[in-house]
Amino acid sequence: MPDPSVGTGQAGAHSSGASPHVSPRHPRLDPLADRYAARTHGMKSSEIRALFSVVSRPEVVSLAGGMPAVTALPLDAVGSMIGELVSGMGAQTLQYGSGQGDPRLRERICDVMALEGIIDARASEVVVTVGSQQGLDLVTRVFVDPGDVILAEAPSYVGALGVFQAAQAEVRHVAMDDDGLIPEALEQALLECRAQGRRVKFLYTVPNFHNPAGVTLSEPRRDAIVAIAEQYDLLIIEDNPYGLLGFENEPMRALRARNEERIIYLGSFSKTFSPGLRVGWVLAPLAVREKLVLATEAQVLCPPSLTQYAVARYLDTQPWREQIKIFTELYRERRDATLESLSALMPAGTTWTKPDGGFYVWLKLPHGLDAKLMQPRAVAAHVAYVPGIGFYADGQGREYMRLSYCYPEPDRIREGVRRLARVIEAELDLHSTFDSVDTGTFRAVPAPPPVIGPANADQPEDLQP
Amino acid sequence: MSEPAAAPMPSSTKNPLRALVLAGGLTFEREVSINSGGQVVEALTRAGVEAELHDADAELLPGLAATPSDAVFIALHGATGEDGALRAVLDLAGVPYVGSPAAACRLAWDKPAAKSVVRSAGVGTPDWVALPHSTFRELGAGAVLDLIVARLGLPLMVKPASGGSSLGVQKVDRVEDLPAAMVSCFAYGDTVMVERFVDGVELALSVIDLGDGPEALPAVEIAPESGVFDYTSRYTPGLTEYHCPARVSDEVAARAAAVALRVHDVLGLAGLSRTDAIVTPDGEVHFLEVNVSPGLTETSMFPMAVEAAGYTLGEVLGRLLTRAAHEGPITQ
Repeated sequence: MPDPSVGTGQAGAHSSGASPHVSPRHPRLDPLADRYAARTHGMKSSEIRALFSVVSRPEVVSLAGGMPAVTALPLDAVGSMIGELVSGMGAQTLQYGSGQGDPRLRERICDVMALEGIIDARASEVVVTVGSQQGLDLVTRVFVDPGDVILAEAPSYVGALGVFQAAQAEVRHVAMDDDGLIPEALEQALLECRAQGRRVKFLYTVPNFHNPAGVTLSEPRRDAIVAIAEQYDLLIIEDNPYGLLGFENEPMRALRARNEERIIYLGSFSKTFSPGLRVGWVLAPLAVREKLVLATEAQVLCPPSLTQYAVARYLDTQPWREQIKIFTELYRERRDATLESLSALMPAGTTWTKPDGGFYVWLKLPHGLDAKLMQPRAVAAHVAYVPGIGFYADGQGREYMRLSYCYPEPDRIREGVRRLARVIEAELDLHSTFDSVDTGTFRAVPAPPPVIGPANADQPEDLQP
Repeated sequence: MSEPAAAPMPSSTKNPLRALVLAGGLTFEREVSINSGGQVVEALTRAGVEAELHDADAELLPGLAATPSDAVFIALHGATGEDGALRAVLDLAGVPYVGSPAAACRLAWDKPAAKSVVRSAGVGTPDWVALPHSTFRELGAGAVLDLIVARLGLPLMVKPASGGSSLGVQKVDRVEDLPAAMVSCFAYGDTVMVERFVDGVELALSVIDLGDGPEALPAVEIAPESGVFDYTSRYTPGLTEYHCPARVSDEVAARAAAVALRVHDVLGLAGLSRTDAIVTPDGEVHFLEVNVSPGLTETSMFPMAVEAAGYTLGEVLGRLLTRAAHEGPITQ
């Protein structure tokens, strides 16, 4: 036994003396711990987030983040444009603006939406938001009470699930396949809710180049889903940040182009121009728009003036349609690098979606593997992805991961997929060792031993390494 | 210890000490390390030290050569920062740093090896076995796990043989959960340590040595709301109660302090360390593991112990740095 007299071990037992700068800590480190709103209870530190921090190191190939390739923009031209907005129009661009957003920008937004078949939208129905993320938050605030049911694809955009969780909504997932949301599954979900006496507040869907699944809702299904909305009195939130980023075909007609009463449309300049400017919008029927404007005024007073003017000026003066083509060519090349590498390198039993646009591939691991549990191995191998579990509100998705090809160069993508393949192979090897273990055949577990003495002199040494 | 006898406080008036604080790294604990590093820079700056944050990357050595620091503070967690590798390189470069030398770090980093040394020195530690994946593959995982359960009983703690921040650590109550726990733990490294679960009060025992010899700081008692001190409990303020000094008798506190000092001594540690231990209801203190680069974030236990002892973090870290700078680099 060590000599207990060796150290002081007690507070204030040394010569330093108490410092006036030190105030006693609360035992929980947070004196407000018992005051938080119920909606914050899910907000905790997580291992997943911690593991992501290595992504900023250049050694790591990140197939995790969905960061647009903004360096493909004509940065000098955009820079002088923004400079002129301040030097020439500072009185407007540095001032508060309208809660609904700049009228000129709203006009131009209608031009952008026309590319996807929304030709009847009026600028008065558009509310400019701080990214479409704020638009989604506003719509949720306006429609959802705690406990309300929201339908969303399985999987669904993680940022939307965060908004719905903060609103204390109950998210029910609806199955999708390579053609997007399955109408029969949607109908089934609606019937189940009806049978349970639950009213569905809305369906949240990303019809084009889905985040995270990469798939696109087919033309026949678009009509089918709008018909279901009519039949079941369903409101649809159509979130469409990627619609103009198709690689093969012309943009598809939006759901909103097929029905203007049951569909609230969310748009964004984050993927077609710049995510850092945080400009998005909501297109909603007039009565809804009124509530959205009041809600946004309560939240942010008005969207930032300078970035709204920047987007409007960009659309007015820059070849933005050509710029979208530059983006899509770049993303197509990266998509190709991803799919070719996956085909060449992934172990048997791995499957993935084949996107025609957008940023994402949704990969399913061989049977039994868990993308979240595998993540430390991937970090050690210097490759990052997003585990699928984050894209579900109900704990599904462990066998999936999202791969983003939008940001790394093709050679880096190939290297990242190579590393990922090795990680999956190592994990398969591990599973082949442990999956067949039948603990039912183990001998009886001994009763807990008496408390171990300090020196353990009588403990068996043969277990020691 | 030769000289100086006790490191003086860094002076903010003349020639302030210049410190490079290393944080980040390419490990699972990068985020924790960045948080620690930020706290260290803040504390040192308040204590009058010119502290700068730097990652452990390819720019480190050229940067140190171009603008030498008086000493380096390593706030890296996980491999490289704690396994002795970076310190060995700093030794080669002739750069003084705060804390334990490379060889001691290598020993402390290897949890099973450290437990062996600590047990041989007469300190209690729960029984354990540490095995690589290949052993299970070659001998049959079922047979080996059966032996482990038969010998160590249930519940069991399954943890990576190296690494910190509770990452990968699991308590296994039911035998049928053991294979899956092994699989998820092996994702953190090639060797897993399975340890007999010991129930009791969890203590974090910090030791500092400002030049007068190692001093045990008041124990921090850890009481996670969920019962398990995992990553979420550790880094989400509000989910764990910390009591410092720990709510234990004076006798137990003295015994815990003695264990921390003994561990610090037998593993050859220097400057600062934090030993994690469990106190069983009979008052015995059982060693779990020791950290040569203890967490220094806002929710970490080492800074709590420092404050409870009446120091400020900046004072302690500043004196450790001063001492490292005065003693100069480690030469072999």
